[in-house]
Amino acid sequence: MAIGTSRKERIDSLAESSASETGVSLAASAWRRLRRNPVFLVGASIIGLFVLLALLAPVLAPHDPGVRMLADQVSRATNSIPPAQEGHPFGGDQHGRDLFSRVLLGSQQTLLVAVLATVIGLGGGLTLGTLAGAFGGWVDSLVMRIVDVMLSVPSLLLAVSIGALFSSQTQFTVILAVAIVQIPVFARLLRGTMLAQRESDHVLAARSLGVRQRSIVFRHMLPNALGPVIVQSTLVLAVAIIDAAALSFLGLGAADDSVPEWGQMLGNAQNVIDSHPHLAFWPAACIIVVALGFTLVGESLRDALDPKRRR
Amino acid sequence: MAVSKRALNPRLRRLTTVGVAGAVALSLSACAESQRDGGGDGGGSSSGGGTFTFGAAGAPALFDPFYASDGETFRVARQIFQGLVTFEPGGVDVVPELATGWESSDDGLEWTFTLQEGVSFHDGTPFDADAVCYNFERWYTQEGAGQSEALSYYWKQNFGGFSDGATPSLYESCSVDDEHTATVTLTRATGKFPSLLGLPAFSMQSPTALEEYSANDVRAEGDSFVFSEYAREHPTGTGPFVFSSYDEGNGTIELTRNEEYWDEDGKANIERLIFRIIPDETARKQELQSGGIDGYDLPNPADYQQLRDEGFQVEVRAPFNILYLGISQKDNPALRDLRVRQALAHAINREGLVSSTLPDGAEVATQLYPDSVEGWSADVRTYDYDPERAEELLAEAGHEDLTVDFWWPTEVTRPYLPDPQGIFNAISQDLEAVGITVNAVSRPWAGGYIEESNQGNAPLFLLGWTGDYNTADNFLGSFFSSTEGQFYTGESDWGQQLADDLAAADSEPDEEIRAGLYEEINENLMSEWLPAIPISHSPPAIVVAEHVEGLVTSPLTAEEFNTITVE
Amino acid sequence: MLRYTVRRLGQLMLVVLALSVLLFAWLRALPGGPVSALLGDRATPESEAALRADLGLDQPIFLQYWRFVARALTGDFGTSTGVQRGTPALDVFLQRFPATLELAVLAILIAIAVGIPLGYLAARRRGRLLDNLSITWSLVGIAVPVFFLAFLLKWIFAVQLGWLPASGRQTGGIDATRVTGFYVLDGLLTQEWDAALDAFVHLLLPAIALSTIPFAVIFRITRAAVLDVLDEDYVRTARSKGLAGAVIRRRHVLRNAMLPVVTTIGLQTGALLSGAVLTERVFNIPGLGQALALGFERKDFPVLQVVILASAMTYVLVNLLVDLSYAAIDPRIRTR
Repeated sequence: MAIGTSRKERIDSLAESSASETGVSLAASAWRRLRRNPVFLVGASIIGLFVLLALLAPVLAPHDPGVRMLADQVSRATNSIPPAQEGHPFGGDQHGRDLFSRVLLGSQQTLLVAVLATVIGLGGGLTLGTLAGAFGGWVDSLVMRIVDVMLSVPSLLLAVSIGALFSSQTQFTVILAVAIVQIPVFARLLRGTMLAQRESDHVLAARSLGVRQRSIVFRHMLPNALGPVIVQSTLVLAVAIIDAAALSFLGLGAADDSVPEWGQMLGNAQNVIDSHPHLAFWPAACIIVVALGFTLVGESLRDALDPKRRR
Repeated sequence: MAVSKRALNPRLRRLTTVGVAGAVALSLSACAESQRDGGGDGGGSSSGGGTFTFGAAGAPALFDPFYASDGETFRVARQIFQGLVTFEPGGVDVVPELATGWESSDDGLEWTFTLQEGVSFHDGTPFDADAVCYNFERWYTQEGAGQSEALSYYWKQNFGGFSDGATPSLYESCSVDDEHTATVTLTRATGKFPSLLGLPAFSMQSPTALEEYSANDVRAEGDSFVFSEYAREHPTGTGPFVFSSYDEGNGTIELTRNEEYWDEDGKANIERLIFRIIPDETARKQELQSGGIDGYDLPNPADYQQLRDEGFQVEVRAPFNILYLGISQKDNPALRDLRVRQALAHAINREGLVSSTLPDGAEVATQLYPDSVEGWSADVRTYDYDPERAEELLAEAGHEDLTVDFWWPTEVTRPYLPDPQGIFNAISQDLEAVGITVNAVSRPWAGGYIEESNQGNAPLFLLGWTGDYNTADNFLGSFFSSTEGQFYTGESDWGQQLADDLAAADSEPDEEIRAGLYEEINENLMSEWLPAIPISHSPPAIVVAEHVEGLVTSPLTAEEFNTITVE
Repeated sequence: MLRYTVRRLGQLMLVVLALSVLLFAWLRALPGGPVSALLGDRATPESEAALRADLGLDQPIFLQYWRFVARALTGDFGTSTGVQRGTPALDVFLQRFPATLELAVLAILIAIAVGIPLGYLAARRRGRLLDNLSITWSLVGIAVPVFFLAFLLKWIFAVQLGWLPASGRQTGGIDATRVTGFYVLDGLLTQEWDAALDAFVHLLLPAIALSTIPFAVIFRITRAAVLDVLDEDYVRTARSKGLAGAVIRRRHVLRNAMLPVVTTIGLQTGALLSGAVLTERVFNIPGLGQALALGFERKDFPVLQVVILASAMTYVLVNLLVDLSYAAIDPRIRTR
């Protein structure tokens, strides 16, 4: 769920910030402010820990997350799920797999979902946005019409619709569904930065010096668009994780759950949430903390880059 | 517009706004008279009883049971309507209801029903032989959309064709012998008559109301059906409850007690019966826990214990269904080898599966229907859990490195399949343990699973059946009459014989001989043919609150709520 | 102005037409379909083929679309095949729209009631504890998945404590007169106070769960807007002239800060509908979100078509109204 559907306006105001200064000094001054911002530091440490966890998970996890090693302690008849025991600090999940290992390894898939969804969304948006911004004219009108129609459908509905289109649900279809929703956001953002810069002093200067159009786009406009894109990407990383969980909750998550992912674990725990709340608690807590981390970093970056808020 | 706005004095503007809002509210409230009848706290106040609220999983399609084939419609219809026969309370055998008795000719073609006297429909129309024949004729003479599979499913399934003669029909005619005797003539003998008349689809409906609200007026328009006024607002039967209203916006159906019910003993104890539609299972459970409903059907097996601990009554019914691992003969040639199919049967730890993934009271199945159905055989070949034997059989067949696509459905739970993923996981690990490579294929239930498995495109698949009534044909006939269905038995050299044997057994009028024929088929099925591996019979449960008494559960999930009392 | 309006309306029609074609084709490209949903485990190859023919699904898709349009022009959008079988799809929409709108309006009201005062206070105490706390709260609100929050609220306040009802719009079998389909409003209009209260109480938990997203947005916009205005010259001037703090706040700060806030509120529709899909499922509210979720599960084409088209139209219309009112204020927009 992109935050609010003043989406268009938020995107546009972010885009405008690219026109204010040239890249280097902006980055430098932003970094100076960020280093002392506790919000940023907290968020960044959460993300750091999360990435570290994802990298080390295969080493840390005591068991294979796909093997039903505690299956003999699972019973539907008595609603029993393996309790915490030696070698299994969190006990087992509803299919008798080691929960601790699943939570640890879940970080990998969750990170993968977040990053891939963002990269695909960004890639699609970059292509559309650059096309529109660079060429203008009827290309611009056409692309932006499409983008606006996509933005006009509520984001989760769009993701659900895309998810339902595939004959079977896998981790990849979830990623794609979440990613496609982000394409128009990035497209509008990039096109906005291009427009804002076209009128800005440094581009006008370059143009009057006779620099070629292509070189203006690639040397000046794109690098300057980087700041807003980084901000938006950080926020989208959080949105992707939450949207993937929502898809799982609606039954559109990956069908194969032998490789764990937090959103899927949370979605699949909904039937046992009141008899075995810990099955939902661990993935939910992880999702909330990680999404918070990305949001904190994204928001502090935005504040740092936005000239209006720099006081 | 912009000018006038600016010209207005702010205070004046505020006044105007208030004035307009007030006027709108006034005009609305003028046409918004409360329609409550003076009483105050709602409902009448006659001879006690109270209200029973039941959480239904879905909205009924309509209220005319003849055009329905889904459980939610039937659940409501059972309270309003009755058939000539019914199933004994708590069992699956046929007992009299609106007919007090029946006799058949020796060839099994003519069936004479003696009718209950002094019965009338909710609209006052007397129930007599004329009404019986009117109903039979109505079913038989369906036209157009009325003949669609989605509407007259049970007629087509059991009686075959219609009066237009396009396909042969089991039904020939109905004649009125006297006011309380009617004779139904069939075109061939069948084991399922008269049991099938206990299906809600063949309930007796008021001829007057059917006429008045043009019940047969169903149309297929575009990609959907349009139902008659009768089916939507005026269902009229003889049962212990009378249809009162369907509040679609709030998702509630209200029935009230039939004060003129013909059987004093069967008169409902409760005054109002309300169905609340709650599609999400967890939401149903929590609504029960918070007191919003008094009971619901098919609680998740994982919740039985918790619900019991909290004082709710979880009633586990006798299982009347089958879950099987289906095998298609169509595409994978290895599966046409009996030894491979037997290896699959030996490889699966069904005891373990039943205890870990199925509810209390579930049983391992030895054949394709439960032992309460005629023709069940105690002497079928059984397949114990024996991975080594499975590996041997695979080696004998030359398929040690068997690779097979194994399909399982998402977005669904069925009484026989409460946890598709858990059951799939368990079976697939068992198969891999004997060296079979399993390619998992998952499809949404209505998003390709049914469609593909029905064309035989799923080599291995999970599916099952819940019995409609107590005949072997209802199970086996549904599976194997067609040789091109899910099992695609046409590709094997025994598929046609199986279909022929089933047809022969069904048209045998003598009960004992018929049972013998089915026993033989079951034995052959399990030893020679093995087109599917029977897994389990799981009991569906129903849960009611502590203060509810007198509920009689039915293996057919055909509960009638007139026996219930609430504190 | 008139020409601008006409042009925008024309564009709207084109968008809706294009969307309807895309939607129609796309729904029919989904695997499976209403036939499987209707027959379930009772399906046989013959019955599936027969039913597909009955429903006209075996015909060329452009022919199906043509018939859809022809009937839609007469106000007939087909009949539900899965969500509420047998009910005209348009009625399904009309019955469920009030449920969702009622929920959304209360969610927005809660978001406003908490978000605006908090945003204002946070801005006035910029950088202090209250500011930091409320910023953190709004960010955590975004990070918690809506359905998980809904589950938690329901579990605590309905299941464990039993203070509020767990699901639905009104107690089953309540004797309430229906006028507009908005149950709280109906209760007030007909003076059935108990019915109004009952409906309101049912709305509380889902509305609180749904309000977290608009709350976060409204809070931040308010805070930013108030900060901007506090810095404006005329406020400084007013302060230097010695105007009392309360007067400045009321006359200058709040009023000017309200403009962007009001715009934001108007544009929350899309996010709310997304959230409603999840909240309605948890609280079993028969609204549009539930219709969509069930519609996809059961492949109910008529209902999906009407609900998606109508929602998109509502959304586009709201945007159009916002743009038109801007255009009325700022003539430059018209020529863009």
